[in-house]
Amino acid sequence: MAASVPPELAAACARVRLADEHDSVSGQPARYVAEPASTAEAAAALRAAAALDLTVLPRGTGGRVDWGRPPASCDLILSTTRLDKVIEHAAGDLVVTVQAGVTLGALQERLATDGQRLALDPPGAGTAGGLIATNAAGPLRFRYGAPRDLLIGITIVRADGTVAKAGGKVVKNVAGYDLGKLFAGSYGTLGLITEATFRLHPLPAATAWVTAETGDPTAAAVLALSAARSPYAPAAVELDWPASTGPLTVSVLLEGDEPSVAERADLLAAWLKSEVAGIAAGPFSVVRPRLGNRARPTAPTQIRVAFWTGRLAEVLGTIGALAARHRLDPAVSGAAAAGVLELSLPADAPAESVAELVAELRAEVAAGDGEMPTGSVVVLTAPAEVRAAADMWGPVPSPGLMRAVKDQFDPGHRMAPGRFAGGI
Amino acid sequence: MDSALAARLTDICGTDSVVTDPQELRTYECDGLTAHRCSPGLVVLPRTAGQVAAVVGECAARQVPFVARGSGTGLSGGALPRSDGVLIVTSKMRSIVAVDAASRRAIVEPGATNLSVSKAAEKFGLFYAPDPSSQVICSVGGNVAENSGGAHCLKHGFTVHHVTGLQIVTPQGELTWLGDGTGSSPGYDLVGAFTGSEGTLGIVTKVVVKLTPLPEAVTTLLAAFATMGAGGAAVSSIIGSGILPGAIEMMDALAIEAAEAAVNCQYPAGAGAVLIVELDGPAGDVSRDEAAVRKICTGAGAYEIRAAQDAAERAAIWTGRKSAFAAVGRISPAYIVQDGVVPRTALPQVLDRISELSAATGIRVANVFHAGDGNLHPLVLFDDTADGEQEAAEQVSGAILDLCIEHGGSITGEHGVGVDKSRYMPRMFGADDLDTMQLVRCAFDPAGLCNPGKVFPTPRLCGEVPGVRRAPHPLVASRQLEQF
Repeated sequence: MAASVPPELAAACARVRLADEHDSVSGQPARYVAEPASTAEAAAALRAAAALDLTVLPRGTGGRVDWGRPPASCDLILSTTRLDKVIEHAAGDLVVTVQAGVTLGALQERLATDGQRLALDPPGAGTAGGLIATNAAGPLRFRYGAPRDLLIGITIVRADGTVAKAGGKVVKNVAGYDLGKLFAGSYGTLGLITEATFRLHPLPAATAWVTAETGDPTAAAVLALSAARSPYAPAAVELDWPASTGPLTVSVLLEGDEPSVAERADLLAAWLKSEVAGIAAGPFSVVRPRLGNRARPTAPTQIRVAFWTGRLAEVLGTIGALAARHRLDPAVSGAAAAGVLELSLPADAPAESVAELVAELRAEVAAGDGEMPTGSVVVLTAPAEVRAAADMWGPVPSPGLMRAVKDQFDPGHRMAPGRFAGGI
Repeated sequence: MDSALAARLTDICGTDSVVTDPQELRTYECDGLTAHRCSPGLVVLPRTAGQVAAVVGECAARQVPFVARGSGTGLSGGALPRSDGVLIVTSKMRSIVAVDAASRRAIVEPGATNLSVSKAAEKFGLFYAPDPSSQVICSVGGNVAENSGGAHCLKHGFTVHHVTGLQIVTPQGELTWLGDGTGSSPGYDLVGAFTGSEGTLGIVTKVVVKLTPLPEAVTTLLAAFATMGAGGAAVSSIIGSGILPGAIEMMDALAIEAAEAAVNCQYPAGAGAVLIVELDGPAGDVSRDEAAVRKICTGAGAYEIRAAQDAAERAAIWTGRKSAFAAVGRISPAYIVQDGVVPRTALPQVLDRISELSAATGIRVANVFHAGDGNLHPLVLFDDTADGEQEAAEQVSGAILDLCIEHGGSITGEHGVGVDKSRYMPRMFGADDLDTMQLVRCAFDPAGLCNPGKVFPTPRLCGEVPGVRRAPHPLVASRQLEQF
């Protein structure tokens, strides 16, 4: 480890320090941590990093910094902690522009004073930049999508320090390529996100969860897909299956004005009952929680399964069968009707078994129909032994084009090298 | 054009699918923006994705530029052909390959019309939400290229929110998939990057689209106001109240006059502005929102409010709005359709400034716009036989875009940049912004053969990328781990 910060780096950024053991990423030690307070300062830091040929990893609160594969090298952590300003909240336009280091919690608090919100509720906290970089979403993804769907403008700094923006401050805009889409879910491998503009939505006055329990995965799938197809405009359709030998719960979130929510909750419960008539499911209940999402605790191993929603019953069946075969008991939950489930496993789950589960699940869920891939199984985060044993990303569509994009944005492969899908 | 290329393309697509006759080629000389014209060197109409790939492969091998075209309804010259190139028309690839109702997805060919997707989905209680005004004829492939919106994107989003997978032919002639149809495909979001790239990154050969449940109820309201200011105030109050209508459209007196002349839409007499508000969703919500919208409009000074309860009445209300662009031809010998965006709250100032511009230059401007999302479509009217009037109209049209930029908006909300607005791009974006966007172009199309000359004012030279690689991960180096 270097004894001091290189003068080029110290000159570029007012706050740079030597990394300590808390700064290591998935066991990979870092050398320096820079905390720029502006896009210009971040650009200077990246220019210095380029001159010094340093590998760089962007970091927000660090909650998802170990998602993906361990970086091959991590000389400089670019922390966005000081990029924490809300630049402009245009309440009348339902648009907000923030620096990348603003936490979602702080932003929501600020927006709520104007009766608005950013319609994202990923489990755990995180910064705006981190949410974009991991495209992390929660239950509300069913209605509002992931960060990529709400992001309307972005400012980034390329690996060589070039600052670029795309999109803008208006929701409807097709001028130029949409770099925001490309950076959403790019895991820091294309550059540093420093500012973002999001579309906002009004905070609902009332919410209700309509829930139903069943011991039968097929009935749970019918419930979830019926809710999704219903005319009652659910904001979320969640499935929870905490233990593969136990019952499943389908929870449907309704949001809106009080009379609307009360009316739709009754209508939806009746709709669901008729959809599962003859199948063992119930009891149905309407739960009226306070505002807020049902953030789940994050488990040591998290595996994300994405699939065409029509296959939900089959996917649940496969998960149940594979869990039994490998003597694993994953907690399964997620936006089932948006085609996303997450498997959570404890730290003591045997690494080899987890790796086999991942491979077999991938073969079942993600195998293409000969032409198009039909889903994916991705290990988001896991202990070192699981990372070593499992193929975390699996195959991706058009890896050659992805590598070509990476080569253009980061020809020296200095941004989070090796962290991403396709070996990027 | 090279006759050997024509022969080769005939081998690939068949004699009935290659156009070489100069007269016939002229029918493809422009898209919906007729101001720009260029007869293509050759036209091919492939029937399969494999044929598209083979055609592009031939072009790539011979360094011949190529341009894709769907139904040719684009309004920015995005499908303007090249005289030295091949125009690849997807109109023979229009089948709905599959509707997967349980997954709420459809797989369609690029030449399928936008409306045909909703028609195929209807029997499952579903529809395809993006609905550009040209939806009867425009193609889904073209919608992907332009990231098309439409009147209802205020609530339902744009094409990019409803496309989850694309089969494309790369500019090198390879057939590949972007995304996997789930909307959560790992890796870079190439579906998102490709959508709206205006045909410059490749040619779409299949599209996986999301389908949306048909709303339980739809109500369309037409409100007449004495002034644009009053109508604009109603728009702000509706959005401010938390109601999210499917669409909010506004027309000014001149646009109404044109629509009346063309289609006799019988909007309330003497209106300085009409507002069309369409509410869709659960029946109870729609009826409560209707009451709220009526109250807001009345409070803002609406002197007549009509409601359509069925499809026929709804169509009657929409007729005037949907015919507005063409209708302006009834009151002006020539006109420019502009497309710009401003933050919704800036609408009143910008409309005032447009009136001032119009008064100062004597060039009439009719305003039709998607008021809910600040997307203006000023129609700049002029007499092309009068000396200097076209130039004056173009100046007014350009000044309107400057107003949009000045107020933090965009030079295009849905018509695209194409050839028409590439010169305005540097007003909205800096050199580094444009250079960075073109890195994506270089990744997909380093040779610059795919729809060249569109979107960007100056092409980037895609130089050789230095082949610097990091040392492999230690676990990979020690063979404990295989890195994909």
